[in-house]
This record gives sequence, structure tokens and C-alpha cells, in this order.
Amino acid sequence: MNLLSGDPPRGRALAALLALIVVILALAPFLFPGAKSLNVAATILIYALLVASYDLLLGYTGIVSFAHVMFYGVGAYGVAIALYGLGPGWGALLIGVAAALPVSAALALAIGLFSLRVQTIFFAMVTLAAASAFNVLASQLDWLTGGEDGRSFQVPAALRPGFHLVSGRVFGAEINGRMISYYLVFAACALLFLALLRVVNSPFGRVLQAIRENPFRAEALGYRIVYHRTLATCLSAIVASLAGALNAIWQHYVGPDTALNLSIQIDVLVMVVIGGMGSLYGAIAGAALFVIARNYLQGLLGALSAAAAGAGLTLIAGLLHPDRWLMWLGLMFILAVYFVPTGIVGRLRAEDKGSG
Amino acid sequence: MSAIEKSGDIGAALPRRKIDFAPALLPFLIALVAAPLIGSTSTFVTLTFASLAMGLMLFTMASGFTLVFGLMDVLNFGHGAFISIGAYMATLVFAPLILWSQAGSLGLNLGVIFLAVAVAAIVCGALGLVFERLLVRPVYGQHLKQILVTTGGLIVVEQLLYALFGPDTIPLALPTALRGAFVIGDAAIEKFRLLAVIVGLVIFAGLSLTLNYTKIGLLIRAGVENREMVEALGYRINRLFLAVFMAGSALAGLGGVLWALYREQVHASVGESLTVLIFIVVITGGLGSIGGCFLGATLVALVANYAGFLAPKIALVSNIALMVAVLLWRPRGLYPAGGR
Repeated sequence: MNLLSGDPPRGRALAALLALIVVILALAPFLFPGAKSLNVAATILIYALLVASYDLLLGYTGIVSFAHVMFYGVGAYGVAIALYGLGPGWGALLIGVAAALPVSAALALAIGLFSLRVQTIFFAMVTLAAASAFNVLASQLDWLTGGEDGRSFQVPAALRPGFHLVSGRVFGAEINGRMISYYLVFAACALLFLALLRVVNSPFGRVLQAIRENPFRAEALGYRIVYHRTLATCLSAIVASLAGALNAIWQHYVGPDTALNLSIQIDVLVMVVIGGMGSLYGAIAGAALFVIARNYLQGLLGALSAAAAGAGLTLIAGLLHPDRWLMWLGLMFILAVYFVPTGIVGRLRAEDKGSG
Repeated sequence: MSAIEKSGDIGAALPRRKIDFAPALLPFLIALVAAPLIGSTSTFVTLTFASLAMGLMLFTMASGFTLVFGLMDVLNFGHGAFISIGAYMATLVFAPLILWSQAGSLGLNLGVIFLAVAVAAIVCGALGLVFERLLVRPVYGQHLKQILVTTGGLIVVEQLLYALFGPDTIPLALPTALRGAFVIGDAAIEKFRLLAVIVGLVIFAGLSLTLNYTKIGLLIRAGVENREMVEALGYRINRLFLAVFMAGSALAGLGGVLWALYREQVHASVGESLTVLIFIVVITGGLGSIGGCFLGATLVALVANYAGFLAPKIALVSNIALMVAVLLWRPRGLYPAGGR
């Protein structure tokens, strides 16, 4: 209870679902030894953290940011540039993370001070502009970021697939660098998630929710809303950067398409909404559902498209083409905002109340 | 009765509202600063004229967005979708009329452009109706959901365009008579840019006249200032808003045609990338006002062109710098509407 900051999932069905996801993720290297499934599991972990940090802004504070992936990119590029420039070592890794965090916080502070001072809706527009400028900057500064090609780099030896902690197999799986990387990602994501849970259940988090519900009243009660909103922006930016750093460590590669693209931002939005805004647990459910769907349903879409093409329905085949996956996602997203605004978490909690 | 007749006198007794000139001088200031840096007069004239053309196209596309926000507090993140649709309508009209646009005659060339503009405006206006009814109306007054839903709308439209027209960039040749440039002294003024300037100025004049001298314009301006009051006086503001939304979408489509011809290519991502510029324009100019939008568009275009010439790598970042500088000076933008 203390670990969850007195904010358990509430609802038997939800608790069971989350427990299942967490247990599977914790045992993933032993349950699914394949490279692809381990990659899916790690992506779920990193996205769950990224989405949770975004929910601190969108769900808890009620402001829409389009620059969240920019902060994710700052973290990823920080690690990439440090490991590329200084060579693969733990020191370089730490320097990269330590350099990225202040940059993220400063960017978030600047954006927050400029756009939250007057109107929150400025924030959505300013962040979109800032994120796209940052994206251009990252692809222009070849000497630093590798431009469009991005940067591939070596991670510390203990995290490489070739490294073996113990010889032989344990419970049918090799204890190699890949598995150590996975558990590093798992531990970091779990810790940061619990830290976020602590933040939203602290007095500070309560004030954020008060501001979301009624800014005038919160201000009348004596809370400086600009201060709270800006601090929430900085906090979520820092966690997003850490998620980006984890992603860089996991993938050994960082480029504009994997760390800065607007489509990742859209993915994050979709995951937050599907999981449930205003509850961090939604991040876990949303990320798990989304990543699994993206990895396995795109194949289904492709099969349907091929079938439609075979039947001579070119238009339908075009609509079902796997590259048009984003369109179905967009439709799902709109429907979710309209009809299930509380997401998976809200639905499951409501079901529980209905039956119990 | 005397009260009504004397109303003119009462107005005269009030102190005149001060007109705020300072922001309007900004474009001239920027041009003055940039001129010595650029050096050559002819390059300066060419760049300035190019900025004017780009600014007026941006204004055409942004005006609908800013009015929609001013009137109903609706932030339409899907506005860019109509720009893309307009651009694709241009390719649809140009393809069968290739003979007209390849003909040397200016009349036929302008005819095909006019047709493309008309088709784009009508299609985008009609789709604006659908967009407003399906996506925007259910979430009136909820900013968060508006932003989410209209962003979803932008994605769906963009992907639909990819599905219908293919994911590749479609080239769009300028009509023959509009290629090339007039050369005055050493300065080259591209013919198409001249057309864009004329069209943009006509739209600006039309919008200003409509807003300032017609009943509908009066209602729109009143609605921007105070929506409830207009409603209380018995006008159906929802219907007015629908009309503004459709007109704004039509203008976005029209701007899309011009932009496609200016770039001589069409791609569905154009709406998304222009959305960023439009946001910078609207924030710089002040949300909700047509005058602010015009000024913001001019400033953004001037800075983009000058910076693009002087330091190409920082062109997009220069716009952000402009926005930041303006927000430092005027936190609500240069000419915000209705005290927002």
C-alpha cells in the first residue's frame, strides 16, 4: 500500500489485469525468449513510463502538450551523443543522462513560462511549434546528431548481447547482456512509475487536480497556478527524458524517426486516451494494448488488404493497407474520446461498481 | 427619442479609443534592419515581395482558424486538413484541363486556376460542414477534447488522402503564362507571386469589409467580444458559427490551392507542416483578430524569407524566435481580439 502511495488500482478486474501485465512483463525473458517478443515487452515498459509522465500533464493537470516526445528525444539523444562521442562506458552513459535532464527541464521551463502565463491553450500550439522546430534542428545539426540517419552506438559491455553473467541456462534462458538490459529497463521504469504515483498523490498532485477541475477556485484558495503548471511540465519532461534514455540504451540507436517524430506524439496521445486519462494505471494498460496491437494487428490488416485486393476492391485494399494503420488508430482515438473518455481504467472500475 | 438622436454626441463626449500603432510598424522595422544585412537592393526587393506573397497566402489559410477561435473558443487542430484537401482538389482540376493550363493564353490559364480555387473552396466548405457537425459540435466548450478530437480528425483526413491519392508527392505544374518573372531593374518579381498577392489582398479587403460594414460582420464581431450577449439578443450564434467555420475551411482550401501552385507539388503532409506556421502566425498576431492575423502572417513571412536568405539553417527556428520575442513584449500577441 505504501509502495503504491495509497492509490491502489481500485476495482478487482482492473487490479487483476494490471497484475497480469506486470507479472508477464517481469517474467518476459523466461516466458518468451524470442528477440521480437522481448523487444515488444521492453517497448511496453518504456511507453508505459512515457505515457504515465504525459498523463501527469494531460490527465492530472489538464493541459495538452505536443512537445512531450521532444523531451523523450532530448533524453535519447543525450545518451546517444555521449556514448557515441565518449565511447561505451558507464561514465559516458551517466554523463549523457546528467546532461539531458537539465536541458529538458530548462526547455520545459522556458516553454511553460512563455505559454502558460496567459492562456493554457497557447501551450498546445506553442509546444507543437517548438517540437517541430526541434525536430528540424536535430536533423540539420549533422555533426552532433547524425542528421536524418541518426546515431548507432555501443552500450557498456555488460549490456551487450555477447556478455554472459553465468555460463549455461537458468530456467531455460540465457543470462546475457540483453536480459540484463531488459531488467535494467524494467527496474528503472518500475521505480519511476512508483515515483510518479507518489507525485500525483502528494499535496502537489492534489493541487494539480484542483487546477484541472477549477483553475479560478484553485487560485482563489491561494495556489499559484502558473507555478504549479510549470512545475508539472518540468517534472513530466524530466521523466520523459529518462524514458528516452532507456529507449536509447535498449535500441542502441537514436534517430529523428524513433525519438522525435510527431507520430510518436500521436501514439502517446492515443495510449493515454485508450488507457484512461487521469489515472496513471491507464498508462500501463494503454501502452500494453497499443504496443501489442501495433505489433500483431498490422499483420492482420495486411492480410485483409491482400484479400480485398484479390477480390478486386482496390479502394478497400488501399484503406486496409498496413501503412494506413494510423487512420484506423485516428478513428479509434476519436471514438474513444467521445464514448469512453475514461478509457480502460474507467470502464473496468465502472463495471466493478455495477456488479459489486 | 432624443437619446437615440443624440447618441452621436454621447459618442463624441467619450475619449477616443487610442489606436495602438506600435505593432503595425514592426514589419517596416524588420525590413529596415534586414536591408543593410542583405546588401543588394534587387535581392532585397525580390525577397520582400516573396515575403508579401507568402504572408498573404499564410493569412488566407490562417484567417479561418483565428475567426473560428475568436467566435466560439474552438481550437481547430484539424484546420490544416482543409489545406491538404484544397491542394489535392487543384491536382484533380488541373489533370483533365492540362490543355488549358499548357495554353499560352493568360485567360485560359487564369480560368483553370479560378476553377481549381472554386472547386477547392466549395469542397472544403462542404467538408467543413461535416467536420463541424461530426467532430466539433459535440465537444463545444471543452478545450481538451476539442484539441484531441480535431487532432484525430487531421490524422484521419491525412491518411484518407494517402489512401485515395497515393503516398507519393504529386507534381503540379504552373500554367504557362504564370511561369517566369517580371524583371524590374535587377529585381525579379515572379508572376505567380504577383497573382498570390492580388488574391490575398482581395481576400483581406473582402474579409475586412464584410466584418466592418455588414450586418453579419457586425454579429461576428459582437460574438467575438461577447457570445452570450449576442445570443441573448436573439441571434442563433451556432448557425453563425457554422457559417464562419465553413467559410474558414473554404479559405483554407483556397490557400491550399495557392500554396500547391507556389510549391508546384502536392503532398498530404502539407497541412500538418503548415499548421505549425499558422499557429505561429496566430499566436504572434493575437488570437481571434483578422488584423492581428494579417500582421502576424506578414511578420512570419518576412522573417522566414530574410532568415532563409541570410542563414538558411535556422529558418524555422527564426519563426519561433519571432514568436518568443513578440510574446515577451505582448503576452497575448500583437492585436488580440475581445480582451482574450
